[in-house]
Amino acid sequence: MTDEPGKPVSRPSRIAAETPWYDLFSRGARDWLRHNQKVREAVRGRLPELLTGGDLITRPENRTVLVPVRFLEHSRFRLLDPGAQGGAGQGKGEAGQVLRPASDESDNAQGGAGTEDGEVRFVLELKVDEIVDWLWEELKLPDLKPKRSASLDDPEYVREGWDKRGAHSRLDRRRTIKEAVKRRAIQEAPIPFVNEDLRFRQLVRRTTPALNAAVIFALDVSGSMQEAERKLAKTFFFFALQGIRRQYPKVETVFLAHTVEAWEFPEEQFFQVAGGGGTVTSSVLKLAKDVLEKRFDPSRYNAYVFYASDGENASEDREAAGGLLEELAAKINYTGYVQTDGSAYRPSETQMIELFRALHDKGLPAGAARLASIDDVWNAIREFFQDEAAAA
Amino acid sequence: MNESLEEYSVGLETLAKKLGLDYYPVDFELAPASLMTEIAVYGLPVRMPHWSFGVRYIHQLVRQSMGHSRIFEVMFPGDPCHAYLMDGNTIAENTLVTAHVLGHADFSKNNALFARFHEQAGANIIEMAAAHAHRIQQAIDDIGTERVEAVLDAALALESHVDMDKELHRSPYPTRADAKKEQPKNPFQARFERLPEAKAAPEEVPEHPPRIPVPPHPEYDLLWFIAQYAPDLEQWERDIFLSVRAESLYFYPVFACQIMNEGWASYWHARLLREAEFLPQPLYLSAIKAHSDVVRPFAADEQAALQVNPYHLGFTLWERIVEQRGMDEARRICREEDDFGFVRNYLDRELAESLSLFAYEAKNDGEIRVVTRDLNAIREAILAPKFNYGAPRIAATEMRQDGTLVLTHDHASDGRGLDVARGNRVIQYIRRVWRRPVRLNTVDSRGEPHELSA
Repeated sequence: MTDEPGKPVSRPSRIAAETPWYDLFSRGARDWLRHNQKVREAVRGRLPELLTGGDLITRPENRTVLVPVRFLEHSRFRLLDPGAQGGAGQGKGEAGQVLRPASDESDNAQGGAGTEDGEVRFVLELKVDEIVDWLWEELKLPDLKPKRSASLDDPEYVREGWDKRGAHSRLDRRRTIKEAVKRRAIQEAPIPFVNEDLRFRQLVRRTTPALNAAVIFALDVSGSMQEAERKLAKTFFFFALQGIRRQYPKVETVFLAHTVEAWEFPEEQFFQVAGGGGTVTSSVLKLAKDVLEKRFDPSRYNAYVFYASDGENASEDREAAGGLLEELAAKINYTGYVQTDGSAYRPSETQMIELFRALHDKGLPAGAARLASIDDVWNAIREFFQDEAAAA
Repeated sequence: MNESLEEYSVGLETLAKKLGLDYYPVDFELAPASLMTEIAVYGLPVRMPHWSFGVRYIHQLVRQSMGHSRIFEVMFPGDPCHAYLMDGNTIAENTLVTAHVLGHADFSKNNALFARFHEQAGANIIEMAAAHAHRIQQAIDDIGTERVEAVLDAALALESHVDMDKELHRSPYPTRADAKKEQPKNPFQARFERLPEAKAAPEEVPEHPPRIPVPPHPEYDLLWFIAQYAPDLEQWERDIFLSVRAESLYFYPVFACQIMNEGWASYWHARLLREAEFLPQPLYLSAIKAHSDVVRPFAADEQAALQVNPYHLGFTLWERIVEQRGMDEARRICREEDDFGFVRNYLDRELAESLSLFAYEAKNDGEIRVVTRDLNAIREAILAPKFNYGAPRIAATEMRQDGTLVLTHDHASDGRGLDVARGNRVIQYIRRVWRRPVRLNTVDSRGEPHELSA
């Protein structure tokens, strides 16, 4: 016997998916956990769509994303929605009488048969790291390698062995007493300490590969970059950054925007910047070069530059941009270029793509990709990271 | 508390026997609320694992926590019957429930639909379902969750697509028309063959009688058909399909007789309590209060309900049948009818008016309107969700040379086409076990033919 007044449940409830507030040994809980596992798999399948919104780029203190999800539906054959559902009821009312008026919110267009399950949603909390791990697994991307050239090594002093001479600050008392005890054991009338007993720690200069990374994001904010194109660029930047973060313990980011001139922006403002007028790429390349030289010594930093634009550049700027690019590419780990085609038509060979291809052909670590839709982001990420790993 | 409940239940059983109730023995068990919830969700105390039950489980917990649903008792017919009572209920409530269960036990022994399943499946559905669950768990351990789940996705999606008129253990179609020789020739054909000119032609009787196509007729027993004829189906997969089918056949009488069965049990719990002179007065009063909470048309604070409470409708119908036609006639109806016959034959105008039943329509914009108080419309509105086990009528109609399975939706009977998104997902589930293309013919919202394929 159940006692169910015929009222559909309409209050949305939130149930956290990961809190074991119920008995873990029940069958219902077991099947519920399996359901959640399937939801996670489903979410994983449509990660790109979920991650475009929000300020995802750098939030070290807030490294999770909340994703509202519906319950999965185990489908059965059902008849088409007839537009109106009939049923039998009991109570007062004449034929034609309205029992419940139409509601303005179309969300509430629940069938009155009372058989619909109440709309219950729950929120899935995903860790950004987890997401990026999934992606790397999914895309089968190699891990990045720090540049192995001598110039990029971080010098470091490490202790290694002992010596009888050295600075007082590095006197190893324990070792010294050990030596003294040994000596006294074989001497007739030992004196407590002699200079011969002293042992000093030795330091050796070693070099280790630098594990700092600097990532410079450059974005064309001229009038031709539309909302859709910025969104593509943002998504790409986000995942490129996450990929680099996976590898290096310390990553610093710089955000540059340009039209005919170039400026540096804090991250929060970066994607809101809107400019107008023409496009002179060399301006931002020049700024990137300055930033690198002033703040990120190429011998101590693994540097990455990613540039996004719609491919248009003033034709008289071609030579300047090409020269600066070559200079940059020679110094840093990788330069990547994404051309955000968005909805607009662009010729297949734009100036920027040609310039980056030329660098690539010269054997410099550079690559270019086109983003027409969100799906292309994954291809671009795959291309860059495989390229980079191969070049390193 | 258990002692007095036991004492009362002995008294109630004696009284029930005296009043002519005829049932297999009932094993009562007091169960914790968590188990009761699971039984309500799974339909059985131990049942196969599937993620969709997890969703229902959460919904049930939410409904319970909001006070929309309260479980008093779950009863499994068989020999013996098994009844689970909620251990948190008051003794008055559980006394009422005990009497209620005796009514169910009587109904399920005597009603033809229940009796038929009992005869075919043996006496213990709980053990049968537990054995299914055990074998499926075994398959999960041997083969892996993903693959077993894919089979369960398909089988459980087709849960209601069984042919209720077919046996539990059904043999395959005859492969060849062997019976042809014995078929009496039609007289015209016989005379034609005796004509001198026609001699030569019909003599070429083929060596083998022609193959009968599979399926020979539209087959609505989809679970059985797939279990029997899916190309390359493995034994464990067939086992899952047949397990789901067996459980579905078990659930059918409960589904098809809900109004009668709950009404009958409510009639008997009311009568047994009324006539049980050994019950202390206060207990009787609180039990009757519980009765009126369950057997009521709609919540006290509402004007009307958009659902007919089967307890209330069944209870009222049975009271009147017993009053006007006598107990013998009531017992005959109880044996022979299901809800369709029960509502159509015994819900009359007078009763519909006294219960103030109406048919309503709920539009997608949320407006709900009383459509009519016409008796036939009310009957059909009550019965509509029960047609064909509550599922669209879909038959397997053809198996092509390449193994393609063709399903056909009987949209003429159902009155409209199928929900395309869900239909597509279900045939994708089927595709994974059928392992050949699956096509489904239905109509779209304009009534034009529409084919889904996977």
